[in-house]
Amino acid sequence: MPPSEVAGQTGKAPRVGLFATCLVDLFRPQTGFAAAKLIEAAGARVEVPERQTCCGQPAYNSGDRADAAAIARQVVAAFEGFDYVVVPSGSCAATISRHYPALLADDPSYAHRARALAEKTFELTAFLYDVMGMREVKASFSGAVTYHDSCSGLRELTVRKQPRALLASVDGLTLKEMKDADVCCGFGGAFCVKYPDVSNAIVAKKVAAIEDSRAETLLAGDIGCLMNMAGKLKREGKNVKARHVAEVLADMGDEPAIGEGQ
Amino acid sequence: MSLSITSPAFKENAALALADVDLQQALTHVERGFIEKRRKAAEALPEFEALRDEARAIKEHTLAHLDLYLEAFEAKAQHAGAEVHFAETAEDARQAVLAICRRAKARTVTKGKSMISEEIGLNDFLEENDIAPVETDLGEYIIQLRGEPPSHIIAPAVHVTRNQVEQEFRRAHAGLDPERDLSEPVSLLAEARAALREKFLAADIGITGANFLIAETGSSVIVTNEGNGDLTQILPRVHIVLASIEKLVPTLEDVSTLLRVLARSATGQDMSVYTTFSTGPRRPGDPDGPEETHIVILDNGRAEMLAGELREMLRCIRCGACMNHCPVYHAIGGHAYGATYVGPMGAVLAPALFGLEKTANLPNASTFCGRCEAVCPVRIPLPKLMRHWREREYERHLKPAAERGGLKFWAFLAKRPGLYRLATRLGLAALSRFGRQDSYASLPFAGGWTRHRDLPAPAAKSFLDQWKASR
Repeated sequence: MPPSEVAGQTGKAPRVGLFATCLVDLFRPQTGFAAAKLIEAAGARVEVPERQTCCGQPAYNSGDRADAAAIARQVVAAFEGFDYVVVPSGSCAATISRHYPALLADDPSYAHRARALAEKTFELTAFLYDVMGMREVKASFSGAVTYHDSCSGLRELTVRKQPRALLASVDGLTLKEMKDADVCCGFGGAFCVKYPDVSNAIVAKKVAAIEDSRAETLLAGDIGCLMNMAGKLKREGKNVKARHVAEVLADMGDEPAIGEGQ
Repeated sequence: MSLSITSPAFKENAALALADVDLQQALTHVERGFIEKRRKAAEALPEFEALRDEARAIKEHTLAHLDLYLEAFEAKAQHAGAEVHFAETAEDARQAVLAICRRAKARTVTKGKSMISEEIGLNDFLEENDIAPVETDLGEYIIQLRGEPPSHIIAPAVHVTRNQVEQEFRRAHAGLDPERDLSEPVSLLAEARAALREKFLAADIGITGANFLIAETGSSVIVTNEGNGDLTQILPRVHIVLASIEKLVPTLEDVSTLLRVLARSATGQDMSVYTTFSTGPRRPGDPDGPEETHIVILDNGRAEMLAGELREMLRCIRCGACMNHCPVYHAIGGHAYGATYVGPMGAVLAPALFGLEKTANLPNASTFCGRCEAVCPVRIPLPKLMRHWREREYERHLKPAAERGGLKFWAFLAKRPGLYRLATRLGLAALSRFGRQDSYASLPFAGGWTRHRDLPAPAAKSFLDQWKASR
């Protein structure tokens, strides 16, 4: 729904609930501030409900369906009153919009509410570009960046052109595509600590592709993937900074990069 | 006898695979070759995505009426003169094959590529019974010489480098001129052909797999690129087809649709070089063909899958696209999976066939990146089915206690936002007091992370707390 229609219907800016995600909350607050700033710049009002913890993915992907469903119900209850739910993570957004309906399908009091929430939940750049019709941002960033397509955002939510289109409007920024930008970085949630050697082999290839791109900054839309890649870049002594794409779009690209202080 | 399942040692297998220089070199072919070829083939065919939907629908329809199609196939195959043997278990299938071999007084059997043969451990079993199996697919022949199982369902020797093949041939082929140049793949192929030619002619029985069984005609279909399957099934006096129940398709028309997605998804070819339909033994007037045809149709747990959440897995047409596109497979190859079927399809199928207790690592060893599902010609939701196994694993308390305990503790907090807020606030403050760093090279309890990468430090104050303070 384009913003004009939303505004036309309600006469005022849509109310967005920002689902920060547990990793942004604990590891990267500035991504949360950047997301809020962008949502407001797009013409929506943003709120951050206090009754949020995590989307439940760790439980869901570990086979703990009961706890995943309990957490899903909590998210549904905390966010169903908003016009939209926006998430600065493709993977957490996909959990809510693609998996909650299945997870709560057998719960008579939550099945329809989960479906309704799924309909209005968006990954941040998809919300800005597809829902709010945002085509440019007021931001500048000097230097070359490369963008990693995180798997869930790309394959479950088809987030691909939105971040790139918005990045194209950032003053002074050049995008240097890396080879295999759409290949997994090896994070995979618990996978990376459960099978560290295999995960390492995958992220090592990713780091090589990042380096070959000759970009000085790595951007992506998911803090989990970014922490994995940033941690590997740092361990290998590579001089590439890692940031959430929202930070650059929100003109906050001069704050410390991931793993470089807060 | 039982098949050797090494999946419990997946982590150790993977570590060895990662350190194996030859394997790592061989695996680059998967990562580069197959993916690019499939992409080009799919792009060259405007209706490819629609064909995938059709292929999926054909398999779904067949599965919904599998009992009828199995009966129809049996009747048609019998009418054409073939004998159909239903085998409920791997042991039943082995015994059925052995009985046929005994009756034919067989000493040697040639074999076309068959994953069912691998699944039931047929080669070892035949050898134990003094029958010599000879693999005739080049890749299978190579790994038979090396005493290995296949590492890929369509490219069984994809883990072997050209140099290693040359070494193996020089070791195994008595009379091979040491001066002969085998530096080109084509010369290796010629050498294998020469060695196999005599075996084809000497074999008492030929055993092949089947890509499809056609209910309408009672035919079996094999696709190969070497023609070895044809020689295997035409030259010996007896032909045995090894198949499993989900190979059924209703009609010739359906097979032609499935063939259009199969080779494109597998190798990026429009069609495999040889696509062979065989219907019963040689008829009067036929120039060639076996005198006897036997079709062994294996269940081995599949009927149970049909009735449950894993049913979608039975759509699989064994193209290998899922493993070709899997970052985990690219890193470690197929042997590390240790359960015949490898990659994403193996991670779903192996627990059903060999038991979750032994194979629980496989559905866990996935990042859920979803690339497998994105390329599957019959749109099997592989990550969803891997998650199904993780749920069964959790329910049956098969996870290590520490992992389960950690998860439970985290979920306890995540379900209580107030407590979660308090606990994370205290945790972050404690970490800050413990000594601020931008990132950690090692941390207690985070060894899995910090073994290979630094851990970016958590914030001093959470986003939610900072947000509240800022408003």
